[in-house]
Amino acid sequence: MIGILDIGMGNLGSVWNATYESGFDPEIVIDPDDLDQIDHLILPGVGHFATAMEKLCEMGMVSPLRSYVESGRPLLGLCVGMQVLATEGTEGARTPGLDIIAGTVDRLPVNPPFRVPHIGWNAVSAVRDHPVLERIKPERDFYFVHSYAFRPVDEANIVARTEYGAPFASIVGRANVLGCQFHPEKSQANGLRILENFCRWDGVC
Amino acid sequence: MLKKRIIAIQLLLGERLVKTREFGGYRDVGDPVKSAAVYNSQHLDELILLNIDRDRRSADVFADWLKEISKVCFMPLSIGGGITGFDDAAFLIKNGADKVVVNSAAYRDKKLLGEIANRFGSQAVVVGIDVKRDPSDGRIRLYSDCGRSAEPVALADHIRSCVDAGAGEIFVQSIDNDGVMKGFDIPLIAETQAAAAVPVIGAGGSGTYEMLREAFVATDVSALACGSMFNFTDSQWMRAKAHLTNYGLPFKAV
Repeated sequence: MIGILDIGMGNLGSVWNATYESGFDPEIVIDPDDLDQIDHLILPGVGHFATAMEKLCEMGMVSPLRSYVESGRPLLGLCVGMQVLATEGTEGARTPGLDIIAGTVDRLPVNPPFRVPHIGWNAVSAVRDHPVLERIKPERDFYFVHSYAFRPVDEANIVARTEYGAPFASIVGRANVLGCQFHPEKSQANGLRILENFCRWDGVC
Repeated sequence: MLKKRIIAIQLLLGERLVKTREFGGYRDVGDPVKSAAVYNSQHLDELILLNIDRDRRSADVFADWLKEISKVCFMPLSIGGGITGFDDAAFLIKNGADKVVVNSAAYRDKKLLGEIANRFGSQAVVVGIDVKRDPSDGRIRLYSDCGRSAEPVALADHIRSCVDAGAGEIFVQSIDNDGVMKGFDIPLIAETQAAAAVPVIGAGGSGTYEMLREAFVATDVSALACGSMFNFTDSQWMRAKAHLTNYGLPFKAV
């Protein structure tokens, strides 16, 4: 069963609709016990890193999420849902993340003419093949809207990069875990294809 | 490379979409859900839906629409019109809005911008600014309340204080050029661009692809929003992109 984790801060409905449109019937997950029946989990998020972590802690989700990942089942983080996979965030105060992919989340540098937030459609350049990017043509544009970006410790965990003044990691991945800084649920046909590929992925790459 | 965006503005009045001229003279232009589906199939970059009903200034009017629109609209959706408090914004975002457009409340309650930004991020906070030029000297004057109330603040000052308070994007609209299809107020967009450290959306006056080109080239603005051009002509995103790409303006690959 496909699960979408509801941490109460953002566009859960859009992610549900886009996953449904891709041909699946996702369940909303609130209770850590419900993770048992989930074989593909999407962690959406809009907003602050610290607020997202606070919500995950309140829900008692932190260690169940880590166990979920250890079980080898696929996890997809979107936007802030991707960022909380990191070791630490720096939005507001320094906040520990889920530490599923080692790295930090830092503010995008403001270098005129590059305005922050980074809002709009930008090209995603894969640095390696990944099953979730199957049938996506190179250099397609996806919708971004963020002020912070994930900086993985190990470059090998960067799946794709995007240029905005300087390159940043727009997709990170390690084993059965993947995170997209952009919003596939808002990126029309190519975005829906990423969601479809994820929902069909066996977690091996 | 970040691409330029072309956005459609949908104005909701009661159960129907309308198009205005200088913020009045409503003409019916269709059904909100069906038009959202059409725009989605034409690869439009983004949609802005504004409630312009002057008698029903409440976020609740969007509830049923949002549910249906977000089933057919897989592109970013901004919602505005009558947002006066944090609960309005939270309600809209929960129901499918990616960003909220705060206009009148941004003059009176800067704290509201910060409250929304702290919870949902500044990228979710768009400040809408409606502008009329003084007929005597052509100077820029800001208006709230659907263009009815003059606000005694300079454009650059208002923009800076909104961005400081948490706004992540500025949506500037020329009331004089609204629905007239004679081109954008390029100096207005340029002045907004210069004052804002965040991305800017310019609106008011779109009529042809050439007018989009003029405004993009003259101001380097992030996005232009169109109403009449999409409502009353055969213009659509793919053709706009095809035209503008000839002039080196970058748009998304689909």
